[in-house]
Amino acid sequence: MVTIETLKKRKSRRFSSDRIKVFLFLIPAAVLLLVFLVIPIFQCLYYSLFNWNGMGPAEDFIGILNYKKIINDSVFIKAVLNTFAIVGLSLFVQLPLALFLAIMIGRGIKGRAFYRTVFFLPYVLSETITAVMWRILYNPDPKRGFINAVFQAFGWKMQDWLGNMNLVLFSIFIVLTWKYIGFHMLLYITGLQNIPRDVEEAALIDGVNKRQMLTYITLPLLSGTIRTSAYLSVLGSLQVYAIVWIMTKGGPVNASEVLSTYMYRFSFVRFQLGYGAAVAIVMLIISLIFSITYMSLTRRTEHVA
Amino acid sequence: MSDNVAKKSINFKELIPVILKYIVLVLALLFILVPIVIIIFGGLKTRGEFYTIPYIPPIPPRWDNIIKILNMPIFWYMMRNSVVVTLTSTAAVVIVSSMSAFVFARMDFKGKGVLFQFFTIGLMFPATVAILPIFLIVRQLGLQNNLISVILVLTTFQISMSTVILRNFFMEIPSELQDAALIDGCNRTGFFLRILLPLAKPSLAAVASLAVVNTWNDLLVALVLIDKEKLWTLQLGVMQFQGQYGQDLSLVSAFLILAAIPAVIFYMFAQRHIVSGLTAGSIKG
Repeated sequence: MVTIETLKKRKSRRFSSDRIKVFLFLIPAAVLLLVFLVIPIFQCLYYSLFNWNGMGPAEDFIGILNYKKIINDSVFIKAVLNTFAIVGLSLFVQLPLALFLAIMIGRGIKGRAFYRTVFFLPYVLSETITAVMWRILYNPDPKRGFINAVFQAFGWKMQDWLGNMNLVLFSIFIVLTWKYIGFHMLLYITGLQNIPRDVEEAALIDGVNKRQMLTYITLPLLSGTIRTSAYLSVLGSLQVYAIVWIMTKGGPVNASEVLSTYMYRFSFVRFQLGYGAAVAIVMLIISLIFSITYMSLTRRTEHVA
Repeated sequence: MSDNVAKKSINFKELIPVILKYIVLVLALLFILVPIVIIIFGGLKTRGEFYTIPYIPPIPPRWDNIIKILNMPIFWYMMRNSVVVTLTSTAAVVIVSSMSAFVFARMDFKGKGVLFQFFTIGLMFPATVAILPIFLIVRQLGLQNNLISVILVLTTFQISMSTVILRNFFMEIPSELQDAALIDGCNRTGFFLRILLPLAKPSLAAVASLAVVNTWNDLLVALVLIDKEKLWTLQLGVMQFQGQYGQDLSLVSAFLILAAIPAVIFYMFAQRHIVSGLTAGSIKG
């Protein structure tokens, strides 16, 4: 013990001697983060106070007017509600489904690797490919769109999946589920594998039945994984972009507008960069509030546990 | 063990949940696979066949659309751009993140905690949210229409996650090893290069595979920073292609097949690494 202590002391002395090297090691990452993340965000905050079309210097200072306009824009409210709807559907439909499948696959099914490979495949395909693919599948003409062909074959009412204002968000959610359910499943399967075998065996010996096992042992032991997957799901839902933009451009009539498409439209289609900057800041604040809430919540529960 | 139990007591009541389970599984598999199969069918048909017999297997397959795309010079430009962006960003991510992860895992200094918080800032601000600020700074730097800007931005947004994953891994390597190396006269850089990095190969592979998937699949960064057609990445090309040839769905499907092939091949070889990167990143991040 004594030797280790002295070694540690010597180590720290040696290590403080070339402190400069510490900073050399950190510089590349720090420079990138500063130049492409931190400085831009502060700049964005600055521009959000101007009426600015992106050409020439920003001179027309208007204070918080952009923010006032945002809050009063019904399309923005729609985008927020749609984004939250996607968050909600992901949390309460997609994740339980993923958990259900993971528990099924996790429990002694033959060909587990096969299922995992298939379910995870969409995650590797890009959102761009996914969106173009599903645009074709959702084509309202049953001779072109497979979904309506199936509906026709079963004698169900065919739908204009991406053209119907009441349906479009749901159609997009299906695509998001297709793409991301495998990822969450994967997290759950890994979480299940980390549950110590002897805990479950002990419970079996104590005469616990399958349902009790699930509610009193498996799920509580999986709560950490569930929390992480929920966090990633919300963060991902808040920034859904490519799938919506390619499939509907936020339409029809803003029915599928989400925060990122709203921001993109004002910044890069209409070139109202001051306004777009303000929208970006609002998005940043929403993500930040969510992240901080999550972190403080998990820290608290970890203390309790 | 559970197999034995199942065999001993097969009765109708116990069979129902098993059957149900397989029905659900098959439905889920169909949900994932059928869309892909339909697109593959479509891409291997002529335009006429696509509209008359869209959903039956293409026997014999028609390669017309595939060949047409392979003969487009722009397709190869896109492929080259995507490969350049992906390989360069991935290399940069691995080098930069392993250096910062080493510092956070292996050294003690004042303000380390705060600095580490700063390095994980990218976990909270995904590129989508920060895309307008990024566009503005790239324009100021005069790096628009330059793949370097895409590479730098994509690298930046991988740093936080990769640093967290590698730091956790580096911390697991016993400090006795470091002490021994120091006693043998190895300096810290030597320890990092000759001992730590070789030991960390699995986690480096995981971080690299994750970076490949994320940078290869990027649309937004390239979309905002690149206008010139010759500099389009493959994802940008897929989006523009469907706008341009939207009427010819079999041609679009063929383009999708070709654009997906590199990712699928990579997935087959690196599945293990991608999976371990994702789980390591999410469970500890």
